[in-house]
Amino acid sequence: MRSPRAPRPHRPVRRRAARGAGAGWRAVPLALGLLLSFAGGAAQAADLSISCGALGQELRLCQDAVDAWSRKTGHRVQVVSTPNSATERLALYQQILAARSSDIDIMQIDVVWPGTLAPHLVDLSQYIGPGTTATHFKSLIDNDTVDGALVAMPWFTDAGVLFYRKDLLEKYNEPVPKTWTELTRIARRIQNAERAAGHARMQGFVFQAKGYEGLTCNALEWIDSFGGGTLVDDHGAITVDNPRAAAALDLAASWIGDIAPEGVLNYDEEQSRGVFQSSNAVFMRNWPYAWALANAEDSPIRGQVGVTALPAGGTDGHPSGVLGGWQLAVSKYSAHPALAADLVRHLTAASEQKRRAVIGAYNPTIPALYRDPEVLDAVPFFGQLYTSFEHAVARPSRITGSKYNRVSAAFYNTVHDILARRQPAEPQLRALAQRRLQRLSRDGQW
Amino acid sequence: MPAPRSRLARQRIRAAWWMLAPMLIVLLGVAGWPLARTIWLGFTEAGLADVEAPRFIGLTNYVYLLQDPDWWRAVRNTAVFAGASVALETALGLIIALSLNAHFRGRGALRAAILVPWAIPTVVSAQMWRWMFNDVFGVINHVLLAVHAIDTPIAWTASPDTALLSIILVDVWKTTPFMALLLLAGLQMLPQECFESARVDGVHPLKVFFRITLPLLKPALTVAIIFRVLDALRVFDLVYVISGNNRDTMSMSVYARQQLVDFQDVGYGSAAATLVFAIIALFTVIYLSASRAGREL
Amino acid sequence: MRRTPQYWIGRLAFWLLLAVIAFYSVFPFYWAIVTSLKSGSALFSVDAWPQHPAWDNYRAVFREQPFGRNILNSIIVAVSTVVLSLALAVAAAYALGRVQFRGRRLLLFVVLGVSMFPQVAVLSGMFELIRSLGLYNHLPALTLSYLIFTLPFTVWVLTTFMRELPKELEEAAIVDGTGPLTIVTHIFLPLMGPALVTTGLLAFIAAWNEFLFALTFTLSGEQRTVPVAIALISGASSHELPWGNIMAASVIVTVPLIILVLVFQRRIVSGLTAGAVKG
Repeated sequence: MRSPRAPRPHRPVRRRAARGAGAGWRAVPLALGLLLSFAGGAAQAADLSISCGALGQELRLCQDAVDAWSRKTGHRVQVVSTPNSATERLALYQQILAARSSDIDIMQIDVVWPGTLAPHLVDLSQYIGPGTTATHFKSLIDNDTVDGALVAMPWFTDAGVLFYRKDLLEKYNEPVPKTWTELTRIARRIQNAERAAGHARMQGFVFQAKGYEGLTCNALEWIDSFGGGTLVDDHGAITVDNPRAAAALDLAASWIGDIAPEGVLNYDEEQSRGVFQSSNAVFMRNWPYAWALANAEDSPIRGQVGVTALPAGGTDGHPSGVLGGWQLAVSKYSAHPALAADLVRHLTAASEQKRRAVIGAYNPTIPALYRDPEVLDAVPFFGQLYTSFEHAVARPSRITGSKYNRVSAAFYNTVHDILARRQPAEPQLRALAQRRLQRLSRDGQW
Repeated sequence: MPAPRSRLARQRIRAAWWMLAPMLIVLLGVAGWPLARTIWLGFTEAGLADVEAPRFIGLTNYVYLLQDPDWWRAVRNTAVFAGASVALETALGLIIALSLNAHFRGRGALRAAILVPWAIPTVVSAQMWRWMFNDVFGVINHVLLAVHAIDTPIAWTASPDTALLSIILVDVWKTTPFMALLLLAGLQMLPQECFESARVDGVHPLKVFFRITLPLLKPALTVAIIFRVLDALRVFDLVYVISGNNRDTMSMSVYARQQLVDFQDVGYGSAAATLVFAIIALFTVIYLSASRAGREL
Repeated sequence: MRRTPQYWIGRLAFWLLLAVIAFYSVFPFYWAIVTSLKSGSALFSVDAWPQHPAWDNYRAVFREQPFGRNILNSIIVAVSTVVLSLALAVAAAYALGRVQFRGRRLLLFVVLGVSMFPQVAVLSGMFELIRSLGLYNHLPALTLSYLIFTLPFTVWVLTTFMRELPKELEEAAIVDGTGPLTIVTHIFLPLMGPALVTTGLLAFIAAWNEFLFALTFTLSGEQRTVPVAIALISGASSHELPWGNIMAASVIVTVPLIILVLVFQRRIVSGLTAGAVKG
């Protein structure tokens, strides 16, 4: 296990290495000067560049806030849009960081990336004091602290929630399900009744089971709600091979072809929302973003959607939701780290987070904002789901560090096999724990 | 040979190298160097964070690679994909080429129609098909259900039984035009006399096809198939866009990319990429040494 | 000659077959057009033609990102790739096609081998090359990297073409001691119009459609090419995928290409023949 307060002797060394590489580039033959001058770029014009969001409202919100900071400080900032898919975005960041490039100063990073990217990120605690960080969710600050360094600041959070069709539950006089077993029963009943009534495409429950990070989130929620842990515990021990986890996955596997379409095995967030929003599903597991869209002007299910915490597993289980959301981090290769940190402070401050919550329904990372009347007025379910966000369960990304992606891939591949081939979960989980994860972890050392 | 002639010839050869130099330098830069680097990294344990001075570990990566069941699954997927898609493309391409070779009204329009899939960027067409394959609101299931060809929607890209098949279908759609054009070009170069006399003798068209057309077309067919096989063996974007890193459909290139980029294991991923290249190179060498083309040049 | 029933059945089957082929080819594109004219929740319903066709998606594509700029970038990159690879390839093809020297065959095979590289195998090396040249996030990075797949192809096609031209063409010039560059520009180039158009067009299509390099070597929206811009179109929030906009953008970039292909379809056929069948 890593010692939490390890000194960081590497930084000067890294800086030197970066300079060395820079000298190497300058040694490139002059003949190429022609190409260089021909290339003369726009990117150098700004003092800072930030990647936040891709397009649409997310990008506009970020642009407005950045503009406000620019007016205040007089520094120019370029907003670069990055791939929408998280995997693609991580690949891009890694490529840029590995090349020690200063092309992006501030990066919007996923909640599971701090462990992976930490060596390339600035310790923000030298710019942002404990007084500020204490106002954020502690779980997020912990998540963003790697080996004692605050490598990112929480910007907005996310947690898996359950969407349901109010009208259908009323029609069949069913309650909002509290356990997965209850959900299975209600989903099956309504689905079959609706199909018999001529709605042939009706599905009981849709979620994300494509072989990707989203499946890791979904499966962890099932397992955790059964009390089956989170794959790897805080000390690095592999915990996934347990009867509760197997029971959770066996139940999930029974959904395929029963209450969930087989196609769910290739669904991501948008594909599930497509099915749900076209009035073809009773329940959906998704992130809160789907709320605004499901209630959009032209949505067939406008006004008929309810949001609640995901069900608990069995009677001794508890509701669970996987922690999502995004952080802002400053690259170690930035030419102006202090300036960049100041922009991060501005963007993650309470006033800005409130603006984003009211306009875009982005979940704040500051608990006080969940009691703010203006915020609650704009997004009513924030108050109701506060506990889901506060107690959202983190994926084991901090302890597994740079190996997280491999751990997650091994996990979602196993789960996908269990779901797709309806195999019993128990031997599969044992194989996952004893063969793949054990080899990756080097006996819990990670 | 008289002396001045050979002096002239030497001069010409020198000039030839000068003419070749720019192309060779560019190729060496953009292809030779990156490839050499990838091959070298395949023998090290480089990670994305420390590619500068990686530790040399010999063949370890390759030993691990050959023991990884996922790699072999990728090899099998790629082989199935290449075999099935090229076979289908050849059959369909041949039918299209024969049709286009016949004279009929609207031939230009048909040729134009079959070129459409080829002109659409792969990334875009993969998205288009993913949309059409969707099990709940996809048009394919909708139509099949409407004509009662199936009772329940098929999860085309999700079910392990049909995922690879869907990808093959999209590839066939996308590249059959290319195949058809190659074969059409071959058909148009065949001597017309044989067909004339066969027609006069009243030989059955099917017999003409198998006895005359096919044997004459064989060289063009072989070349076209080889080109496509080599292309299919390194398939990446189609598979990646339609089903991501799903192990049921993962191709060798997707495997290599996952190791290289998603897992930051530059050394191991480079070894996988090198192996993909080696397999393709092996194919090329076998083909070139077996075919006439090698001797003709 | 009287037409038998068999004739008509065969005829019917023939036309049916052609109809099926045409349908298979064109339908997905038709579906993309239909989708691009829908908006919001209508996307998730299946209609042969949208109930309320609207051009909103097309307007949105240009409003929400520098799509005009992206198209211009694609044109710049594709044209410069074509020009550069044709220039390099014509010179090389003259040497490879008209001059007998040792190692010529080997060179041709090496060039062919390059066209067999899987893109992933050169991606990381190429990235370092681009960075060390200071070209990262600049269009020339794409032009340079695209040469890896356009050059082998153009060299092969043009070499085959050069070889076919009669020997007498340049004999007088050689005896006169004219330099090879003059021979190429004054004697061969005027004759190579058709071959240049075909290979140029194929290189253009390849460069226009390329995705992986373009995604990896550009960063800002203003430097992106069309396929990357389309792949990165995203909705108002992080998971939303605006299919309508994506399909509208796809239709916009595909239409010019289809027109290009239609105009040059005969030439494309002959270009493929020269390159592949002779190879």
